[in-house]
Amino acid sequence: MSAAAVTGWVPALRKPSALPGFGITLGFALTYLSLIVLIPLAVLVARAGELGLEGVWQVATQPRVLAALKVSFLTAAAASVINALFGAVVAWVLVRYEFPGRRLLDAAVDLPFALPTAVAGIALAALYATNGWIGAPFAPWGIKIAFTPLGILIALIFVGLPFVVRTVQPVLQDFDREVEEASATLGATRLQTVLRVVLPGLTPAILTGVALAFARAVGEYGSVIFIAGNIPFESEIAPLLIVTRLEEFDYAGAAALAAVMLAISFLTLLAINALQAFSRRRFGDA
Amino acid sequence: MSKSFGQTAAVHELDLAVRPGELLALLGPSGSGKTTFLRLVAGLEAPTEGRLLFGNTDATRLAVRDRRVGFVFQHYALFRHLTVAQNIAYGLNVRPARSRPAKAEIRRRVADLLDLVQLVGLDGRYPAQLSGGQRQRVALARALAVEPRVLLLDEPFGALDAKVRRDLRRWLRDIHDRTGHTTLFVTHDQEEALELADRVAIFNRGRIEQVGTPDEVLDRPATAFVASFVGEAVRLPVDAAGYWVRIGPHAVRTPGENVSGPAELFVRRGDLVVSDDRRHSIPARVLAVRRTGGTRRAELALADDLPSVEVDLPADSVVGKGDVLSVMLATVRLFSSRSVS
Repeated sequence: MSAAAVTGWVPALRKPSALPGFGITLGFALTYLSLIVLIPLAVLVARAGELGLEGVWQVATQPRVLAALKVSFLTAAAASVINALFGAVVAWVLVRYEFPGRRLLDAAVDLPFALPTAVAGIALAALYATNGWIGAPFAPWGIKIAFTPLGILIALIFVGLPFVVRTVQPVLQDFDREVEEASATLGATRLQTVLRVVLPGLTPAILTGVALAFARAVGEYGSVIFIAGNIPFESEIAPLLIVTRLEEFDYAGAAALAAVMLAISFLTLLAINALQAFSRRRFGDA
Repeated sequence: MSKSFGQTAAVHELDLAVRPGELLALLGPSGSGKTTFLRLVAGLEAPTEGRLLFGNTDATRLAVRDRRVGFVFQHYALFRHLTVAQNIAYGLNVRPARSRPAKAEIRRRVADLLDLVQLVGLDGRYPAQLSGGQRQRVALARALAVEPRVLLLDEPFGALDAKVRRDLRRWLRDIHDRTGHTTLFVTHDQEEALELADRVAIFNRGRIEQVGTPDEVLDRPATAFVASFVGEAVRLPVDAAGYWVRIGPHAVRTPGENVSGPAELFVRRGDLVVSDDRRHSIPARVLAVRRTGGTRRAELALADDLPSVEVDLPADSVVGKGDVLSVMLATVRLFSSRSVS
């Protein structure tokens, strides 16, 4: 068999390698991704297409839809930023310090993954309601948490926490302590070391975690609807509108709304990826 | 500068006085506590006991960042997200605004240091784009930028290949002579220590066995450990009494009086010379002869059950395998077995 025959239909991509496997793994990856991700998404877009661009635009620009999209994306963005900060701190504590109960705490980080989201939503709603354990002390100050966008934020922080912790943890584990020591011997304070040396090293991992947490938060439904109150124009999230449409057998409308969410999410994730590529390059890994 | 420590297992009651401006090598096998000692000086470890003095000031309780030590790590520990110039300027940039030099001054200092470490033109590169030798030079420049009171190098050439290592060794000596920083460097490579340092401190099991010039540790080892660790010595179990040493079945008279009883004789190449003097020499059977450079090297057996020793012969020597030579001990390095662990 000639080399040309082996390279087949992707001669431009295939470089001769001592470690074969390119063809079979690429083929598998494409097939798998198509079946699981690409085809369902294509069907979604096709379904939305039944309304035509005009129709999709009309669905997306209804005041109630706009308000829901705003609630969904703003709370998701805020939750992922808060998770970036506190997730990084949790990861730091878990990696850097030995204390009793560390393993237990480490395991607890994954609980938001394991818990059925509806259960989490009910529990959070009970806790943060004006007569709940946590909600009650805030009530006299006029701060309502459950059944407001603040409640949505709490639920989204809850479901998104593991992402940042679990992406930052391994990077921090591998972080070279000598680099921090070098910074200290050069006269840097601890804060300067963390801000100038450690944080730049963790940025790509934190951004990955933020992207994952954001994606999860935008699509979160189960936990949010129990704590949100679902008041139109105030605490109604876009996924809830999609479900409402489905219940009214307005499949095209639901698909249109979903396609709009998909587009916004895709653009946001693309932006985060670009930021990540930039910080990786600066870090010298490119 | 003197200090003593008592840290469990790692370093035991060390006392070492470093002279201003000297280049001192800390030499020893791995796990002998030399790196721990260096980290104690830097303040990266806290001593359980003892004091550290810089001149007359007590620095034992001083935080790492206030000690003004330049530390160079074996694996460079450069800041990967900063350029070469930013790495070198780091120590100046983190100073509080009061004592931080002006931007132009920092730029000038960085340029001077780049010139010193021969990396002019690479200031915009990232560490990932440099070779190992270049990275280590950046690390040194970065440490020098803060004008350290003492420069500490932890196996600075350990991760580099032999050729680069030799070049950098010569270059480091040159830089030391020009800048005059008091320098401590850790190494397990005795050739490196002996070639580079003004004095060598030999570490073993958390203790210092001997501190001295390369000549002193080579010619007058204070302990059996130093005798066996420095220079390539063959260790022979012998019996000693007065002026006489019994090696296997032979007794040989030595120039000086010795410890009595079972002892260890450390024989380096060059310690043995061929001699006709019957009284001071012993017979040795030639096991093999090899030609190396300008000499002919013979491997000798002094007795059947002793390790073989080597002697250098003239290149035109006709000695062959199986011959018996008469050899004399020109240098005697003898330590009582009780002191040998």
